[in-house]
Amino acid sequence: MQVPVVEQIFSANDQLAAANRARLDAARVFAVNVMASPGAGKTSLITRTVEMLNGDFRIGAVDGDIATTIDADRIAALGVPVVQINTGGACHLDAPMLQSALPQLPLEEIDLLIVENVGNLVCPASFKLGAHRSVLIASVPEGDDKPYKYPVMYRGVDAVVLNKMDVMTAFEFDVDYFRHGVEVLNPGLAFFSLSCKTGEGLNGWLVWLRDEIKEFRQQF
Amino acid sequence: MPMHELSITQSILEIALRHAEQADAHRITKLNLVIGELATIVDDSVQFYWDIVSRDTIAAGAELHFERVPGILRCLSCGHTFPLNGRDYACPVCGEKQAIATGGDEFRLESIEVE
Repeated sequence: MQVPVVEQIFSANDQLAAANRARLDAARVFAVNVMASPGAGKTSLITRTVEMLNGDFRIGAVDGDIATTIDADRIAALGVPVVQINTGGACHLDAPMLQSALPQLPLEEIDLLIVENVGNLVCPASFKLGAHRSVLIASVPEGDDKPYKYPVMYRGVDAVVLNKMDVMTAFEFDVDYFRHGVEVLNPGLAFFSLSCKTGEGLNGWLVWLRDEIKEFRQQF
Repeated sequence: MPMHELSITQSILEIALRHAEQADAHRITKLNLVIGELATIVDDSVQFYWDIVSRDTIAAGAELHFERVPGILRCLSCGHTFPLNGRDYACPVCGEKQAIATGGDEFRLESIEVE
């Protein structure tokens, strides 16, 4: 006998992600899920962002890593509350992991929650967390063909940050080719090219983030 | 072995067992899954974990059937739809490079076969 099911495999995770979102909304916390391959500059962009916005917003962070607290320590050194999630080998954060991290943060005292996902260009795309926006960081040394080789990651995000523009001359990186691949998969998304190291281009990213937070707050 | 297929396979099992129980079935013999090319799921990994997680359940030994759905692009210039492959996402008909992805995100359990 055949039994029709027609159920999304990710439905359990998606439901928990919705619960996370509701909890963040209730506390008026705007959350950003930051994804990238290892070494693209997730922690660098986060520490830069904290440094630049810390006076204007109360910031908190959740840091996912397979092992160690190296990244969490870098962020905590800036004086913001950080919860470390060691995934114990899992290649991505999922909604249950964020759910267990949220009670460890003073949500009522946070305006912006930055979630640093596990460094990986495949898996995090499939697991919603409940964040309000998803950002993918690419970096020049990774090559300009990544949107074509990892289409899923580029498909579901709200913004792409192209980092390490300061080393552009050392690599053959065609920004137009890269952007074209991104645009096909995800028309109209926000795009920023910058260098966390030199600070060049950071302002566009910060303006976007400020505007998103402002828009988020206007709904209440 | 990609790690995320383990939790995914557990989700598949939970969904299948729930629907089998609702149907008063005592054994699940087959699961029909639909997987889009853009869903980043590896059949072989799901199969590998399936044999482990389904052990000692009424789904033990059930066959996994994967229906693959290709990633599809639609040309914004001429409207032609074509499979996602190649290096530049160019339309094979008119050569334009303006296209959008319109399919291939699917990942669901379509049906189960039970006794």
